[in-house]
Amino acid sequence: MAGQATAFTATAQQSPGLPGLAALGFNRAQSIAFLLLLGLLLVGPFVLYPVFLMKLLCFALFACAFNLLIGYVGLLSFGHAMFFGMGGYVTAHAAKVWGLTPELAILAGGAVGAVLGVVAGWIAIRRQGIYFAMITLALAQMIFFVCLQAPFTGGEDGIQSVPRGALLGVFSLAQDMSLYWVVAAVFLAGFLLINRIIHSPFGQVLTAIRENEPRAISLGYRVDDYKLMAFTLSATLAGIAGGTKALVFGIATLTDVYWAMSGEVVLMTLVGGLGTVFGPVLGAAVIVSMQNYLAEFGAWVTVIQGCIFVACVLAFRAGIAGQLGRWLRVRL
Amino acid sequence: MADPLLKVDGLQAWYGESHILHGVGIEVHEGEVVTLLGRNGAGKTTTLRAIMGLVGRRSGSIRFEGQELVAARSDRIARAGIALCPEERGIFASLDVTENLLLPPVVRPGGLSLDEIYALFPNLKERARSPGTRLSGGEQQMLAIARILRTGAKLLMLDEPTEGLAPVIVQQIGRTIREIKQRGFTILLVEQNFRFAQTVADRHYVMEHGRVVDAVNNAEMAGAMGRLHEYLGV
Repeated sequence: MAGQATAFTATAQQSPGLPGLAALGFNRAQSIAFLLLLGLLLVGPFVLYPVFLMKLLCFALFACAFNLLIGYVGLLSFGHAMFFGMGGYVTAHAAKVWGLTPELAILAGGAVGAVLGVVAGWIAIRRQGIYFAMITLALAQMIFFVCLQAPFTGGEDGIQSVPRGALLGVFSLAQDMSLYWVVAAVFLAGFLLINRIIHSPFGQVLTAIRENEPRAISLGYRVDDYKLMAFTLSATLAGIAGGTKALVFGIATLTDVYWAMSGEVVLMTLVGGLGTVFGPVLGAAVIVSMQNYLAEFGAWVTVIQGCIFVACVLAFRAGIAGQLGRWLRVRL
Repeated sequence: MADPLLKVDGLQAWYGESHILHGVGIEVHEGEVVTLLGRNGAGKTTTLRAIMGLVGRRSGSIRFEGQELVAARSDRIARAGIALCPEERGIFASLDVTENLLLPPVVRPGGLSLDEIYALFPNLKERARSPGTRLSGGEQQMLAIARILRTGAKLLMLDEPTEGLAPVIVQQIGRTIREIKQRGFTILLVEQNFRFAQTVADRHYVMEHGRVVDAVNNAEMAGAMGRLHEYLGV
């Protein structure tokens, strides 16, 4: 499916970006989309419920991190919940038990994502395709059982009533609105970092590995090193996303480390558009909105999600952003 | 005579269970253009791939600048200064021409700069921002060759660079090969078309059934035509 996405992005028009935004690696269409996204981030909390938006942004960052791996290296991880969930636990523990300030607690979540990422990545990148996915799934299940049994995670109860604390120890984040700006900043920083990575020479090597790994090796690249770096970056950002989510809801639970969460991020990325810059954000928005606004249908949400997934794979394999890009003849 | 730049001895290679190369021996001296001729399935491409470390199982000896590489990994072989331009070209579709050119790592000094490459391939310069998939077959072949000139690799291995291209493009590729030879690159070329090979090479090896069966100097080519016709069945 990654190949499918590539084929069309390559045929899309190459146009220079808007001044200033081009430096971030955006082309013209992406610059406009980015300005739109900025606008929505600014107006959003005055129109919609801020907690809902914060949840959406956490998942959007999670999906972007996942997309860095599947969309730009071609590695399908089926265990990203371990980074997301573990990031959440560590951030919650750091904020509640160690009394760290929120920004340090989130960084701790990212750090544990990075460490887990190095270990899991080092084991998993030796295999490709379904084997890679299965190894990541198996490792994630191991982490799930650690979280279930370890005393610090609180088992079935999770870590509850995590304090939001005060940013840098000064600005209280108790108000949803104040926390919203922090979450928005974290999301934006992660989003721009990923965009910078994929447009850097390092990102081009990743693209080359995705498209033709043997060729990249025979040009002289140690592709395993590159895959491991990408895997670790993706895991770090997933950990940050999970940590941020734990602060938003004041709780870290087994749900976030369960394998279904790994599936959900695959779904978000696929629905939004694999290997597109804005796709994962759109995908996360669609899935989170569905879970929120269709909640009254109870278990039927899963069925509806399933139908959307099947429809996407059958009719819009490029995802929302991919299909939009195709219609507008641009690269999103 | 000085030690050869590349000395391959008793090279054997397998694809899975099939034994493809049965002891290939070739030498390439610095500054030479040497071709491997032979019919389909004779093992020419496999020889290049084995030198590059892309064949799973291989044995024998591959010495490059005196360094034994038969057990080395492909990325280390590339860093030792050998570059392969494969038959399928391997252009990265979602990168544009310049990005494709800048992608390979520089392994040692002595490679051409981007400007020198564009001077050598003016039509690539015109397409600098085009994505890899938008290029014609000839342009892709030019790009595949151009891409390995920047890395500083000393030995360039080109696998059937003229295959499936129009005669005028074939001539252009011939001119390019002569020009990069003049700049001091050493070239090991796989060709089916020995009329083309004759216009660029110093020496030829003929392969059959995974072995080198004959070697001909380009100057003696006219006298060897009868033999070559027999080997190549043309």
